[in-house]
Amino acid sequence: MDKELKFSWSEILKFGAIAGIVAIYVILVGMVEAFNDRYIISETVTLGQIALFSPVFLLGYFAADKARQIKSTGFAILSSALVGLVGGIFVAALLFLGANINMRAVFLNVSPDLLKILHLGQETMLGAIAANLIISAIVGLFGGLFALTPHKWSNALLVGLSIVLLMGIMQELMTITFGSKDWYKPIGKFIYAQKGLSWGGAILFLILGAAYSLWRGSGKFRPAAKVAKMPAKQRMTVSLTAWALGLIILLALPKFLGSYPSEILTTVGIYIIMGLGLNIVVGFAGLLDLGYVAFFAIGAYTVGVLTTTGKLATVGWSFWMALPIAVFLAMFAGVLLGIPVLKMRGDYLAIVTLGFGEIIRVLVLSDWLKPFIGGAQGILQIPKPHIGGFVFKGPQQMYYIVLAGILLVGYVAWRLRDARVGRAWKAMREDEDVAEAMGIHLVSTKLMAFATGAAFAGLAGAIFAAKLGSIFPQSFNLIVSINVLSLIIVGGIGSLPGVVVGALILVGLPELLREFADFRMLFYGALLVAMMLVKPEGFVPEKTHARELSEKEPFAPEIEPEAPARETI
Amino acid sequence: MFHRFMRRHDTTDIVMWLIGFGLLAAVIYGSFVTLSSGKYDASVWLDFTIFGLAQGSVYALIALGYTLVYGILFMINFAHGEVFTGGVFTAYFVAIALENSGFIERHWVLSLLILMAVAMTVSVLVAVVLERIAYRPLRGAPRLVPLITAIGASFFLQYTYRGIYGSGIKTYPDFPALDGKLNMFGREWPILTVQALVIVVAALMMIFLYWYVQKTKAGKAMRAVAEDKEAAALMGIDVDRVIVNTFALGGSMAGVAGILYALLFKQVNAFMGFIPGIKAFTAAVLGGIGNVPGAMLGGLFLGIVESLGPSLILDGLGIPSPYQLKDAIAFTLLVLVLIFRPSGIMGERLSEKKA
Repeated sequence: MDKELKFSWSEILKFGAIAGIVAIYVILVGMVEAFNDRYIISETVTLGQIALFSPVFLLGYFAADKARQIKSTGFAILSSALVGLVGGIFVAALLFLGANINMRAVFLNVSPDLLKILHLGQETMLGAIAANLIISAIVGLFGGLFALTPHKWSNALLVGLSIVLLMGIMQELMTITFGSKDWYKPIGKFIYAQKGLSWGGAILFLILGAAYSLWRGSGKFRPAAKVAKMPAKQRMTVSLTAWALGLIILLALPKFLGSYPSEILTTVGIYIIMGLGLNIVVGFAGLLDLGYVAFFAIGAYTVGVLTTTGKLATVGWSFWMALPIAVFLAMFAGVLLGIPVLKMRGDYLAIVTLGFGEIIRVLVLSDWLKPFIGGAQGILQIPKPHIGGFVFKGPQQMYYIVLAGILLVGYVAWRLRDARVGRAWKAMREDEDVAEAMGIHLVSTKLMAFATGAAFAGLAGAIFAAKLGSIFPQSFNLIVSINVLSLIIVGGIGSLPGVVVGALILVGLPELLREFADFRMLFYGALLVAMMLVKPEGFVPEKTHARELSEKEPFAPEIEPEAPARETI
Repeated sequence: MFHRFMRRHDTTDIVMWLIGFGLLAAVIYGSFVTLSSGKYDASVWLDFTIFGLAQGSVYALIALGYTLVYGILFMINFAHGEVFTGGVFTAYFVAIALENSGFIERHWVLSLLILMAVAMTVSVLVAVVLERIAYRPLRGAPRLVPLITAIGASFFLQYTYRGIYGSGIKTYPDFPALDGKLNMFGREWPILTVQALVIVVAALMMIFLYWYVQKTKAGKAMRAVAEDKEAAALMGIDVDRVIVNTFALGGSMAGVAGILYALLFKQVNAFMGFIPGIKAFTAAVLGGIGNVPGAMLGGLFLGIVESLGPSLILDGLGIPSPYQLKDAIAFTLLVLVLIFRPSGIMGERLSEKKA
């Protein structure tokens, strides 16, 4: 197409304007200021600055990438720098406006502090504008150079920089976890300064990351291929050893890490259980359920009501007696809510399940049910589970219950995936009519998916209630459903390891970055859109699913005749 | 006899009918108890109905956006509630400026028009950008892909508003001219001036929309694209432009709806669009999604049910503070309609594929 091959000065303006608008968005939404105290490299680079300049970098990259296909390398480099410059003009204009008129009445975040950050250390307005333009142009130029570097090297650089960023964010966690250990003290002193990585640490991690990436890329690192070549008996031993080793590491983790990281891991684990459940409903069976949090709430409230010793005390059972009831009730609710929506598909199903979730939330909050489940005050004093004399009192102990839950649920999901019912789910996901014609009983298959997913969520809810010791309606809003949906989409719909990866990235990482809490849902929303546009199969795609998605015609900009009948997701 | 009945109906059908009858019985019993107790007199019911009509006309305007887009793309624009929020929240700052300068008191009609223009502009902008960035590249993708995108966009927009404009609840300025009961033709009518204004403006917008879709050339193109995209393209219609037009039209309705909502409820915040969005979707489904007059009627109906329901039905069932459950009524209605009549009250029979 001719249109694709055009790259001119107006294109540079367009890219620059996009960079500028995105940068202004990042500033106005408050990220730059919120992240400014988080130093990645000591005294030099803050996360706020990274947020401020990454749009320019990215658009410089895209501009150079597009330009080099048509024009010379020199032009590509020049255009990326110019894109950076144009982006810088936007930010400088915002700075100028912010200094001269009071924008705060509308844009809450344009505070004197923010303007000071945008001055980039310069005293005068003129100096600040110049600094913005020059730095933006340089960052854009780097983006361009990055695009022109051979893939192998730019990839290595990317991995290295990501490791630096991750280690910078993890400083607090590392200090909390290992700060008191003797072996860590000299290491910590070398890699971290007061705030952020020291230069030595940054360079070390950059080199380590790059070297790792190059080593992976060289093709010498293929353990899976090596194992596959072994004779069957040896292969068995290797995989058993790997499993045993993994399990030992998992079991030892809380002892080794301490209380706070165990807390994060337990939260991640609860999301993994829910993710595995929703993965059955959405990933295997292709039924988009947005009211998933309802089953989580039912599990949590069942355990709450049955075990609490507080004001709402009823029977005062132990956790272990309440647990099966919670799972069963959630499962029952899954079937009950599943029946009415049997005949709905796709988007209608999504909205109706969303409605169910909201109904449950409204009911939980109402005065009507307050005598039983506490209304807005929730249920307090839920006792910790115990086996004999061993009480699961803190996160380090709860971790084991969560781990057991994950292993159980993961095993069930894994076995179901390739079982008769799992294959029926996938057939139904592809095309309900064909599946029915093949002799799959749609009603029972669908209800089975709802029931299994709901049971997992009920288990997660029960553990959640025991972990917190008190539950409030606010913990069960739609955002939980969206979190779970996001993590299975990021991991790869229908993929079991994807759930774990997705939960670690989407639930674990934000726990490390407290400033991030305000932007979490913003980020999730953007991520859902971006994943659907760029990588709908997720980061750890399920094999068949990835194949289905790539089989399909690429997303053409032209109009497709009709919404296709296939209900793949 | 029983066997023949069982053979013709699924077990699930029977369960559903039982649920339906149970709810119907509860509704009838609740209403009967309330009415025979005489707790509320006729004027209270009239007030409830009028309030229902007013909020229903806001729902109807939002519902039009869902219905128009669904009619053409067969997708639910989940982020439409946020299109609504964008307009009214931005207009809030203009409204404050107008109040501080005393303009609202001197020229309230003009201020209202300015506010509507601002809200419409922003809502249209949000809707069109949304279509361009999030939906257009996904046309022809499996149906759940754009839906997930729309959910993501919805949350992204909510938290964008929160980040940029702040998280607090903001109170819209008062229009002194609209206080009190409507005084017209030399007598006082049993309706608040604000409510009358909301109903009239919404009615005007709906008439305009109906005229636009039925009588103008652009509306004709829209209907043609809804009928058959390929054939429309062959007839020389720029399908992309028609789709943008549709989003813009839905956005402008949402913008006006936003200002009317602010007049009625006086409050805005970053998440305000979500619940009205789902309710408007309910309204669109009630009227038969893709059906423009249906969406209008569905909105009015939902508004009235929501305003009468808590006191009429739930009160009679002995549920304390029934007004807390008004959202649950709307969602229950949505579920019931989708189960028993997915084509809506007046929609044409949709094939099972679409429902």
